[in-house]
Amino acid sequence: MAILEVKNLFKSFGKTQVLTGIDFCVEEGEVLSIIGSSGSGKTTLLRCITQLETPDSGLITVDGEVFFDGSNKKIKAAEKRRRQRMVGLVFQNFNLFPQYTALKNVTLAVEMMAKERPDYKENKKAIQKEIRDNAVSLLERVGLSDKMENYPCQLSGGQQQRVSIARALALNPKILFFDEPTSALDPELTGEILKVIKALANENMTMVIVTHEMNFAREVSDRVIFMDNGVICEQGTPEEVFDNPTQERTKAFLNKFNE
Amino acid sequence: MSFTEQFPIVFQALNTGFLQTVKLFFVTLAGSLPLGLLIYFAARSSFKPLALLFRAIIWVVRGTPLMLQLIVIFYLPGMVFGKAIWGSGEKGRFVAAAIAFIFNYACYFAEIYRGGIQGVPIGQTEAGQVLGMSKKQVFFKVTLLQMIKRIVPPMSNEIITLVKDTSLARIIALQEVIWAGQAFLKGSQGIAGEIWPMFFTGVYYLAASGVLTVALGKLEKKLSYFSI
Ligand SMILES: Nc1ncnc2c1ncn2[C@@H]1O[C@H](COP(=O)(O)OP(=O)(O)OP(=O)(O)O)[C@@H](O)[C@H]1O
Ligand SMILES: [Mg+2]
Repeated sequence: MAILEVKNLFKSFGKTQVLTGIDFCVEEGEVLSIIGSSGSGKTTLLRCITQLETPDSGLITVDGEVFFDGSNKKIKAAEKRRRQRMVGLVFQNFNLFPQYTALKNVTLAVEMMAKERPDYKENKKAIQKEIRDNAVSLLERVGLSDKMENYPCQLSGGQQQRVSIARALALNPKILFFDEPTSALDPELTGEILKVIKALANENMTMVIVTHEMNFAREVSDRVIFMDNGVICEQGTPEEVFDNPTQERTKAFLNKFNE
Repeated sequence: MSFTEQFPIVFQALNTGFLQTVKLFFVTLAGSLPLGLLIYFAARSSFKPLALLFRAIIWVVRGTPLMLQLIVIFYLPGMVFGKAIWGSGEKGRFVAAAIAFIFNYACYFAEIYRGGIQGVPIGQTEAGQVLGMSKKQVFFKVTLLQMIKRIVPPMSNEIITLVKDTSLARIIALQEVIWAGQAFLKGSQGIAGEIWPMFFTGVYYLAASGVLTVALGKLEKKLSYFSI
């Protein structure tokens, strides 16, 4: 069964129709890349799935659970939070919390969640240690064990983005979404982020990556979606989409990149 | 009377005046800091008439001199109701001055709050939200400190300006430090035609703004460990 299912998703801002009947699935452990020209709705799609935007209609399920149902949009705040914790989102411009160290950025949300547990007071010490240990090992995984006590302003863009990946992983999400994770970075820094994503792919993390890095998308993805003007125009394996696109619009888009 | 004979008399009188200055300063802060936040919320309320009303109030208060506002608040109720609603004597003058200052500074503070609150990028809230934090948690754990950091420098400027602005209350004869100094020009306690007590009041303002500059600078420094 697919871990993420999006069915007939529509979203508009006022009169602007941005997503027009999006349908796709992601299997567990799969890496899916979404490519497409500027304004085609890629960011909006990620924001709808991660519940930063409310779609107009459609259905989203994550791991078999209803995540968004266009016919039943009113949900309690607590339920929305529970759902949001099931997925992680890595922003283009990191959005790290500037007043906290790298380590605290990773632990903050987990601590907030732990404080709501009924047994928190009794087991405070043990729970805090567990949260910290987990965050430390996540920061090690993204190669930042020597930067844990640094504040975001003391880190390079690449390091900040790696902290934000660790932060998104801290809640153990079922799917991790990336919105152009390298496009705010200097070209020489993109490599370190792509390396981290590849390592996650090797550990079978389910990921959906919006990217303009075509070579990377080809290398890391199991499947690629090409979006154009709010619809999925073409999808398939990287070989199918990049080497033998069937749609004219895909060809035109890829030609622009190969120039 | 020689200077050494004058000095203790003047010093005593200026201290008394300065106490009134300090009182007006703290009462203004205590009132206008919270009132400014309320005015900010009212001015951006989704209930349009309320928002427009408060935006107009902010415009008028910031667009006219504080001295004029002091005069209006002090004299107008008496003209309208035919009696002094602020109470009589020094107490009445203080109440009127405090009301004018609190209202005036609250309108300036409302604008500072606006800059601080709207200056925090929406991405900060969204990052907290996708991590499953509640609205309250996002506010207290993520955005509040960033707002404070944005607010402190402009707030410090206003607060130091307030120390000097308190002297405007002289216009309604509040017995603050300038009034006390001026008394020796006109003649008081056997001293008349002396200008130096007036000059000497400057020392009080310098001392007060010096202390505040250091204290507020410390606060700013305390928040300098991160950048926004
Ligand atoms: N909050 C909003 N209000 C109004 N219009 C919006 C909003 N967010 C996005 N849009 C519009 O929706 C369309 C799709 O935007 P979106 O950001 O999803 O595109 P994108 O594919 O991510 O583009 P890019 O590659 O430039 O990031 C654009 O036309 C954009 O102007
Ligand atoms: Mg985008």
